[in-house]
Amino acid sequence: MIEFLSRMRSEWFGNIRGDILAGLVVALALIPEAIAFSIIAGVDPKVGLYASFSIAVLIAFVGGRPGMISAATAATAVLMVTLVRDHGLEYLLATTVLAGLLQIAAGFLRLGYVMRFVSRSVMTGFVNALAILIFLAQLPELTGVSWVTYAMVAGGLAIIYLFPRLTKVIPSPLVCIVVLTGLSFALGLDVRTVGDMGELPSTLPMFLIPQIPLTLETLLIILPYAAAVAVVGLLESLMTATIVDDLTDTTSDKNQECIGQGIANTATGFIGGMAGCAMIGQSIINIKSGGRGRLSTFLAGAFLLFMILVLGDLVSVIPMAALVAIMIMVSIGTFSWASVKNLAVHPRSSSIVMLATVATVVYTHNLAIGVFAGVLLSGIFFAWKISQIFRVTSTLSEDGRERIYTVAGQIFFASAEDFTNAFDFKEALERVTIDVSQAHIWDISSVQALDMIILKFRREGADVNVVGMNEASETIVDRLAIHDKPGALERLMGH
Amino acid sequence: MAKLIAFIDGSIYSESVLDHAAWVATTIGASVDVIHVIGRRDVASADFNLSGNLEAGSHQSLLNELADHDAQRAKLAQQRGRLVVDSGVARLQAAGVAAAHPRLRTGDIVEAVQELEGEADLIVIGKRGEAADFAKLHLGSNLERVARVSRKPVMVASRAFRPVKRFLIAFDGGPSVMKAVDHIAHGSLFPGLPCHMIMVGRETPDALGKLEAAAETLRRAGYEVDATMEAGEPEEVIARHAEAEHIDLLVMGAYGHSRVRSLIIGSTTSEMIRSVKIPVMLFR
Repeated sequence: MIEFLSRMRSEWFGNIRGDILAGLVVALALIPEAIAFSIIAGVDPKVGLYASFSIAVLIAFVGGRPGMISAATAATAVLMVTLVRDHGLEYLLATTVLAGLLQIAAGFLRLGYVMRFVSRSVMTGFVNALAILIFLAQLPELTGVSWVTYAMVAGGLAIIYLFPRLTKVIPSPLVCIVVLTGLSFALGLDVRTVGDMGELPSTLPMFLIPQIPLTLETLLIILPYAAAVAVVGLLESLMTATIVDDLTDTTSDKNQECIGQGIANTATGFIGGMAGCAMIGQSIINIKSGGRGRLSTFLAGAFLLFMILVLGDLVSVIPMAALVAIMIMVSIGTFSWASVKNLAVHPRSSSIVMLATVATVVYTHNLAIGVFAGVLLSGIFFAWKISQIFRVTSTLSEDGRERIYTVAGQIFFASAEDFTNAFDFKEALERVTIDVSQAHIWDISSVQALDMIILKFRREGADVNVVGMNEASETIVDRLAIHDKPGALERLMGH
Repeated sequence: MAKLIAFIDGSIYSESVLDHAAWVATTIGASVDVIHVIGRRDVASADFNLSGNLEAGSHQSLLNELADHDAQRAKLAQQRGRLVVDSGVARLQAAGVAAAHPRLRTGDIVEAVQELEGEADLIVIGKRGEAADFAKLHLGSNLERVARVSRKPVMVASRAFRPVKRFLIAFDGGPSVMKAVDHIAHGSLFPGLPCHMIMVGRETPDALGKLEAAAETLRRAGYEVDATMEAGEPEEVIARHAEAEHIDLLVMGAYGHSRVRSLIIGSTTSEMIRSVKIPVMLFR
């Protein structure tokens, strides 16, 4: 109890000054993103802004990773485009609630550990795909517009990247917004503004129940979306949590984070916000700005709502070009440029997994499918690599009547065929001894392959004797946690 | 051979901790591990950069920047810690302790206690430390946290060491203090020293019986025991008694109440440690 309270106290108030400043910087950065992601999903900016406020504030209390920023995100927004287009906003809110409930369930079932099957290459593919999706989402703002827009975006990018060389005390995206808004206002430029994109919040969010028919049909419509949102949300959140863990050299509670994300999303659906998750870019900005504690996340959300309510009218005149410039920055910052360089250096299978993940996401606009494809592919590659680790050697007796085959290595479905081919059935022998005591027999495929080999030799007229079957078949580990038994690893590795 | 672990942090209490440890170690013939725990790194480390933009590869560059920054500070903290433990060991050796070993750890002091106390017979720690002001913000200082998690006796050193000529047992009849009585009766820490026992509360036959039984145990072990009973607030009565009788060390059971209760009304043990000006030996 006391330990818990003192931990909470240090997680909340261990770094007050840094958290306040960082919270302010992140809130400023969240506004353009929340608006942009609402536009991606095809809803009013209000929906994303409420969501960002609500998720950030709630996750500060219930999350497992202090200092991580969660809000409305691109990763979840792109999943709901067709849902909004076909069924409307209310279904999106219901999906948000359901996705949250699924995440809570995942947290209680401790599914966070499934993350271990998501390899480094898949994660790199995930962030690269995310960066590409964010960039692609900016294209509608850049097609069929006047040269003024291009000039503004270019100017915005120049400010964002060059202004920090002057001073690092004022967030450069804020300067970009202020300068571009001032310019377009002063010169009376005819460019699209945030106000053109839909309604901005004018009041505090209110509790409301999504207006949907509570039928099985509705459930079947929203369930696939909710499942994808839940999976992608947890993936990005856990991945971001690991990044923040690394950056701050601290640990976090991943299952708590799953439950926290679920609570935040469920509640957000009820106040008219869209689903979100942790944000890689914003979390990095938070850490860079000195934010470490829960207070930074809380203040990011609170400042966001405050600024929107106070400055609402000003926000609506921000030219879209300023947001596009900021989102291009987010896209560039999210993309793992090192991974491009690593394509030449890393094992080809890793590169293929990464590229396949990216390609699948860009094609389907669904990060969940991309990750699934990546995990599947890395599993296949792994099995393929392991399948090469086996060897069959043999010795012929002096009189040429008996041969002893010694099998060593991994025998399973992927290596069963090569295993069978390693025997010479055309040699006429009286006796064949197959010593499998050095082999690891992992599954039924390998057992069956061994049976077939024995059968074939018998058909050729040989007496077959299998040695060491007991040791070899001990590796058929179907029950998990067999490694808990004393000596299990030695038995698996030793022979 | 018995073993003590002494926690020092380079504050003014460190010398006293070492002197107390030296006294115990030379009396009972024990070895001493001198431990300095380099605290958790401050959470906000690197310089503020509020530029709020994301450059290409910002994750990696930020990671390198923070790691470099932490590495520099960790090196400094380690150098300082090395000085603290080495001078601690030197002080013990000068005081005649044959086996004194320096140990440096990082992390939280409570983790260090849990990790290291297994092989130790007594933990020595200062009443206050370097982080005293910082710790006031927390519920329970390092001392209280250590005393709560430790399963071994804890000696809480006062500001300066004074040779122990007579000691006082704050008796409440609870299991912790009975353990202390037992420990003293069988141990060799206070050979032949005059022992005072005081029980604070109303004189019921039951309480008196317990007090007398405990006193008898000690007398049989060869101690000269002066057992009294007095009504009043435990902290006041015991502090007054300690002062009047020139007591050099207080022995008591630690943290009997539940954590929740002590959270609300404050812990008698912590209050007692604060109110007496002599070292305190806690048994759980």
